[in-house]
Amino acid sequence: MRVPLGWVRDFVDVELSPAELARQLTFAGLEVEGLEFVGLPLPGDGERPECKVTGFAWDPELVVVGDLLEVEPHPRADRLVLAEVDHGAGVEVTVTGAPNLAAYKGQGPLPVPLKVAVAREGALLLDSAQKEPTPRRLAKAKIRGVESRAMICSEKELGISDRHEGVIVLDADAPPAGTPLADYAGDMVLDLDITPNMVRNASILGVAREIAALTGAELRPPSIEVEAAGPALDGRLEIDIRDPQLNPRFTAMLLEGATTGPSPYWLQQRLLLAGQRPISNVVDVTNYVMLEMGQPLHAFDYDVLVERAGRSGAVAPTIITRRPEPGEKLKTLDDVDRELDDFTVLVADTAGALSLGGIMGGQESEVSDGTTNVLLEAAAWDLYNIRRTTLSQQLSSEAGYRFSRGVHPALAGRANRRAIELMRRLAGGVVAEGMVDARARPLPRTVVELPAAEVERALGVPIAAAEAVRILEALEFGVESAGDLLQVTVPDHRLDIGEGTIGVADLIEEIARIWGYERIPETQISDTIPPQRANPEVELEERARDLLARLGLQEVVTYRLTTPEREARARRPGAPPDERRYVELRNPISADRRVMRHELLPGVLEVAAANARQRDSLALFEIGPVFLPADGEPLPREPRRLAILLAGGREAASWDRQEPPSYDLFDLKGVVEAFAADLQLPPLTAAAGDHPGLHPGRAARLELAGTPIGALGELEPAVRSGYGFPFAAVLAAELDLDRLLEAIPQRFAAVAVSAFPPVVEDLAFEVGEEVAAAAVEQLITVAGGDLLREIELFDLFRGEQLGAGRKSLAYRLTYQAEDRTLTDAEVAGVRRTVVAAVERATGGRLRE
Amino acid sequence: MLDQLKRAAADALAELAAVDAEAELAAWRSRHLGKKSPIKTLLGGLGALDATERPQAGREANLAQRRLQAAFDERRAALERAAHEASLGAEALDVTLPGRLPRRGRLHVSTLILRRIAAVWAEMGFQVYRSRDVETDEYNFQLLNFPPFHPAREMQDTFFTTEPDVILRTHTSPGQIHVMRERCPEPIRVILPGMCYRYEQITARSEIQFNQVEGLAVGPGIRMSDLKGTLTDFARRMFGPDTRTRFRCSHFPFTEPSAEMDIECFLCGGDGCRVCKRAGWLEILGCGMVHPVVLENGGYDPGRYSGFAFGMGPERIAMLRHEIQDIRLFWGNDMRFLEQF
Ligand SMILES: [Zn+2]
Repeated sequence: MRVPLGWVRDFVDVELSPAELARQLTFAGLEVEGLEFVGLPLPGDGERPECKVTGFAWDPELVVVGDLLEVEPHPRADRLVLAEVDHGAGVEVTVTGAPNLAAYKGQGPLPVPLKVAVAREGALLLDSAQKEPTPRRLAKAKIRGVESRAMICSEKELGISDRHEGVIVLDADAPPAGTPLADYAGDMVLDLDITPNMVRNASILGVAREIAALTGAELRPPSIEVEAAGPALDGRLEIDIRDPQLNPRFTAMLLEGATTGPSPYWLQQRLLLAGQRPISNVVDVTNYVMLEMGQPLHAFDYDVLVERAGRSGAVAPTIITRRPEPGEKLKTLDDVDRELDDFTVLVADTAGALSLGGIMGGQESEVSDGTTNVLLEAAAWDLYNIRRTTLSQQLSSEAGYRFSRGVHPALAGRANRRAIELMRRLAGGVVAEGMVDARARPLPRTVVELPAAEVERALGVPIAAAEAVRILEALEFGVESAGDLLQVTVPDHRLDIGEGTIGVADLIEEIARIWGYERIPETQISDTIPPQRANPEVELEERARDLLARLGLQEVVTYRLTTPEREARARRPGAPPDERRYVELRNPISADRRVMRHELLPGVLEVAAANARQRDSLALFEIGPVFLPADGEPLPREPRRLAILLAGGREAASWDRQEPPSYDLFDLKGVVEAFAADLQLPPLTAAAGDHPGLHPGRAARLELAGTPIGALGELEPAVRSGYGFPFAAVLAAELDLDRLLEAIPQRFAAVAVSAFPPVVEDLAFEVGEEVAAAAVEQLITVAGGDLLREIELFDLFRGEQLGAGRKSLAYRLTYQAEDRTLTDAEVAGVRRTVVAAVERATGGRLRE
Repeated sequence: MLDQLKRAAADALAELAAVDAEAELAAWRSRHLGKKSPIKTLLGGLGALDATERPQAGREANLAQRRLQAAFDERRAALERAAHEASLGAEALDVTLPGRLPRRGRLHVSTLILRRIAAVWAEMGFQVYRSRDVETDEYNFQLLNFPPFHPAREMQDTFFTTEPDVILRTHTSPGQIHVMRERCPEPIRVILPGMCYRYEQITARSEIQFNQVEGLAVGPGIRMSDLKGTLTDFARRMFGPDTRTRFRCSHFPFTEPSAEMDIECFLCGGDGCRVCKRAGWLEILGCGMVHPVVLENGGYDPGRYSGFAFGMGPERIAMLRHEIQDIRLFWGNDMRFLEQF
């Protein structure tokens, strides 16, 4: 909301410096995002406001009010005129092409000089030819032979707005020629960010009220006196509200015999500074009063309504507010033919829809240049329904913005009176006596009982009752003190104050924000300390992250939104499709983020593929939830998963090792085994198994104590090339993190370190290719018993001497006892048991 | 005889000075310290001397013999030292060649900042409480005092799912209701970190997913002054011991009074810069006293209990601390970015 301070000053005196004003408003909840200085000097370094400051100052000597004395044709250019201007220190001839001066051309000396904004040679102006504000010093110029040392300015040249179709023509009561223009038309505009609960302050009066409460200055609300000399409106208009819930109040007033035309300059300038475009006096007044008081208004051409009423034989129009008929449409002012939802409220008459209630007018009944009889509407609407309609129609308007945040019904009457009187003064005519006021659902006044002690209980600081009363009264609350209790009546411009305990909290916020959040002390919580809880779910997840990073993996965090197609890229051709349901968005913002992921790996693969262009080695992991809808449940399960990816060189290439060896499946398996071991998990068992994204011969299903916990392996080659990886192999694992972390034992016992010497010996077994290494290891472990402390596969060998289909597995066995030095005989006995067990079970033999 | 001894010793020493190789040294040793060395030979001729001269000549000969031995030892040590140094010289490396970097694992920058925030709060007695990403409209909005079509919903553009009234949480505040309902009537001090989602175009400034850390304290005597004190303590731990804070009135449906906490811009020290938009202050978090409706929805009687809540964006804090210009870098996961943290 753009708020010209000059306008605010109509209602309250403001003595604060711009910086202090901005600061106080910001602290009170009206965040000042920027200050724009229009003509006035910008604040110096010492008083710099804590917000964005922009603006353009006018030189008081060189940019002044001028009297335009005569407009003559340019001797050599039809589209230009020579304008003779008195700038207070002399008369200059200026050259201009402004179309709004053409009408005065060749009339000789004007009987009453026009008041204009004049810049003299040397003045700094904004270049009207540039899109961005570009200051330029006005130099003496010769335009087609006519020399000129001054210029009549447009709004754009002065930084008032971007309007540049004509020059500024000030009102006739402007001060004498030579008066610094900044003294008359300079202003400062506050750019406020209004929170949704504070729509009452999306108005000049609202901001003035806040300033009055903050500074203690007196608020002078605008007059709502009306000079009504015309025949009564009663009987010339009926109002029929069909749904009081959605339209609690509808008021109408009538101005007859008005003349539409441009608004006076002071009003145009205020609209421009507030960001609105002046159109005509009748329309401008509706916008002006909306900005001033916060109540949107709508002007109808009364004659059109009478004509429409006549179609059904009636003399007087009837305004009907109702929901649409099935299939009913409305063409709104923005030239859109709108299909209407059944909850929309229309302003209609007997001939059909007129406007989208509270949001936007329709085309047919709109005021035009020829309108003389203006029917002015000010109504109240249900905020939720207005918001629902603006969302559904994707239509934003100043009226919809305010109504969707709540405008108090009491405002309608006041604003209508204010607007009709202003319109009468600007456009002439006579106001019909009386207001047709349909109050379908009068709003009771809310009264809140505020115990004084509650303020301190909430804020931690006592605020004197008298000060609380002053603040509330300055905000126009009615307050009656009854001992320690304040009886607070909510003013009839606010819908944001609740009843009971909610109302108490609402009032405490009002008191606190005006009294000053800064004055509330900083204290330590002295309240009861809550019971502390173990938090293994979080702690173990963080431990998992640390262990994975320690193993050399980089953590990534990917989008949890994806598409089924993206996830399908991680499945090999011919793999069964993922038929599980997805959590699917009803309103995706882009087609490539429309479901919640089922798996982590596809996202990690995308990240890896993107990084493969810069890196010849990648080691990544991600921990996070996946989203699996459960039948009969509205909410999905969100189990945590862990994905690991290795690709490229096992270490970074360096100047003496250009091509380090590449990661293979056993690197990944080693990472997973080390991770599990560091979590103190029991050993994972791996068995060859199928996985939709992995190479069928190079994939392992992992189990933990018989429970499946995921898979690891080499990415299937077609999948790998689908992502465009330049690597010979990409290794990937996806594990069920919840199950892994649940299996971590609460505690574990450390194994004693034996003081007696170990006996180490190597045994190599020749077995068939079909024998899994894990099986041999298992046999040795079992047969070795307690004395076998460690077992390590140190060589895997295939060769001619073994013959096809045979392999040699060489193990290093460490025997050790805790309580004695082992004898050769003991070791030989264990060895015999081991060898016999392996040979018997595998059909292999010990190699000598 | 004495003269001969002197001469033999001097000759031997002169010869030793010229020796600069192991083999020559051995030859010199057998020549001058061996059985047939000139001094030994002279010693052998002692018997021919006069008895009065004999003892002195014997002493002198032994002295010369020891002097030569000492000179030999010194020379040998010097030669060995020189040989050792020569071999070290041959082993010299160009130490200016770049080091070989070990493979280092790292945590994602978001994890790091989340942990830092959580660690500060943990020391202040706030434990982590987590809840789900996919939520009901009821928990994400209604129980937090956002009725349907409430204007404040405008500030939280929402992803809806095809399941009626199921949405992606727009903030971690639904966790406030979950934790209150779970623990009522115990006092509560928790932080609620987690991923949130907003219906926004992905740009340098806005993302469809982002982390949030909310906090909640509920008890019989929590006051707004506690909120100010606690959050200022947090800011000093997080941003430096001299960090100044300010609290401005703001609006959130689930707190009242509501505030926005700013900290003095740590990039310009409050003088105003591009990052703080010339204001000298940075918006860090929203906060306020828990709204009575929310307390009630959590099971707490607002007449007897009160609380404060706050919420901040870890990625935004990371962006400020590290002068990151583009929020898309977080989920872009470019190693060149992630490896900086
Ligand atoms: Zn700064």
